[in-house]
Amino acid sequence: MAQKLIYLDNAATTPVDPRVLEAMLPYYRENFGNSASRNHQFGWVAEEATENARKQVAAVINADPKEIVWTSGSTESNNLAILGAARMYADKGRHVVTSLIEHKAVIDPCKFLQSQGYEVTFLQPNNKGRVSVEQVREALRPDTVLVSLMFANNEIGTIHPIPEIGALCHEKGVLFHTDATQAFGKVPVDVEAMQIDLLSLSAHKIYGPKGVGALYVRRKKPRVRLEPVIYGGGHERGMRSGTLNVPGIVGFGEAARIAKEEMPAESKRLAGLRDRMWAGLSEHLTDIARNGDPQHCLPNLLNVSFLYVEGESLMMGFSDIAVSSGSACTSASLEPSYVLKNIGLGDDLAHSSIRFSMGRFTTTDEVDYTIKSVVRTVNHLRAMSPLYEMAQAGIDLSKVQWQHH
Amino acid sequence: MAYSNKVIDHYENPRNVGSLDQNDPQVGTGIVGAPECGDVMKLQIRVDEQGRVTDAKFKTFGCGSAIASSSLATEWVKGRTLEEAEQLKNTEIVKELALPPVKIHCSVLAEDAVRAAIADVRRKQETRTGVAAGAR
Ligand SMILES: Cc1ncc(COP(=O)(O)O)c(C=O)c1O
Ligand code: FES
Repeated sequence: MAQKLIYLDNAATTPVDPRVLEAMLPYYRENFGNSASRNHQFGWVAEEATENARKQVAAVINADPKEIVWTSGSTESNNLAILGAARMYADKGRHVVTSLIEHKAVIDPCKFLQSQGYEVTFLQPNNKGRVSVEQVREALRPDTVLVSLMFANNEIGTIHPIPEIGALCHEKGVLFHTDATQAFGKVPVDVEAMQIDLLSLSAHKIYGPKGVGALYVRRKKPRVRLEPVIYGGGHERGMRSGTLNVPGIVGFGEAARIAKEEMPAESKRLAGLRDRMWAGLSEHLTDIARNGDPQHCLPNLLNVSFLYVEGESLMMGFSDIAVSSGSACTSASLEPSYVLKNIGLGDDLAHSSIRFSMGRFTTTDEVDYTIKSVVRTVNHLRAMSPLYEMAQAGIDLSKVQWQHH
Repeated sequence: MAYSNKVIDHYENPRNVGSLDQNDPQVGTGIVGAPECGDVMKLQIRVDEQGRVTDAKFKTFGCGSAIASSSLATEWVKGRTLEEAEQLKNTEIVKELALPPVKIHCSVLAEDAVRAAIADVRRKQETRTGVAAGAR
């Protein structure tokens, strides 16, 4: 029975690629210098390393290395982009546009802005998780300073029409920020072609270390300025003070290099695994629904609702496979996923949802094993599900008088 | 969060899964919870002429702790009189299954389901014997 654990939660985080770790180690050992030390070899070596990483990360998104600001991850990048732009351009206006299905690292800074007297429009995506250009156009006002919409959603994988939204924002003279944490390294991202002004990245989603990220800040057409969130020694062009995490940044750079090099083949391979998973589940189970937009979706992510069974009990049935669920039972707040709710999925379907996210180290055998385990567990649980029994008897569950508690 | 061995055992080998005839006058049915809350429990008991629970069945939509709580509850009420079954406390379930604080509500649901099933069979018996509702 001693089955190896299978990791299908790569949207939460990824293991560090051995090549990345190899690249990092010298910067913990002999090359431990502070990249801000200008007067000796230790500092120069460290600075050369962070500047090389800057080139590697910039290359993935077609940016100039000077436009990369190192941060501690996407949460910080999002905060810096949103709070920094809102404060810097407060004289121009105090209105921000975002959506209801952003990551909390976008929603919460926006809510903070509301508490400071800003106005925020939270757009409602369609039932596949997509916001349209028309919706953004209608939301724009003369006092709008920023649009912040994620590149790809972390729960359902849906990709917004980014180039169209970028073009609209540039036409209207509004800054466009996108949280590309999940898209980076999986689908092409081009800040020039897509007219993106600010873009958040995180190393640990692309087989780099945790606690390292970057914010792309456009320098030309327009030159974007930000009020810092962290003040201090003036590192990173004054936008983010603090001694750089040199080994982490080196790891991020190497992870970015590998992602760029392998993306064309790897994205295809991942999409193949994702489609294999969906085909396998559909073949063996009735009453399942794919959440998100199959036409505009990350290659590695599949979100499925298994009707009449609850997500946490499902995961319990395949405890040797790591996935995540939108069920309330799995969350500390006992609230089901707000992303699924806000794309109009009933709470019951949110409770029944599982997110499978494949990664670089996922194999076909693991996908096949997962299909078998999931099918077996769903059948086991449906046999004891009162909802399944009622549905089989032809009862419309939405018409039942439930006893809410 | 790690599950206790007892929760895992009830999850893997649930006791008394199934359904009794809801229209049988000897059968009491309790359905509590709602799909939107992520948990629905159906618990049924069959009561003999002496008011003793001779059989119990459940079906549950909910987390592993909810499944285990209802499975355990069916085991415990079997053989008890209605009065005894009524004494079943969620705290005993919490203790037996070693449920963590966030899962206490799952055991409360099981207690509620038992009470609802008892109330249902009493209602049926009262209408049958013509005793006014509420009289004991
Ligand atoms: C879309 C998105 N934004 C932001 C974050 C937060 O990133 P980090 O963990 O680097 O702070 C995540 C990861 O959880 C994410 O998926
Ligand atoms: S049924 Fe949701 S936590 Fe138990």
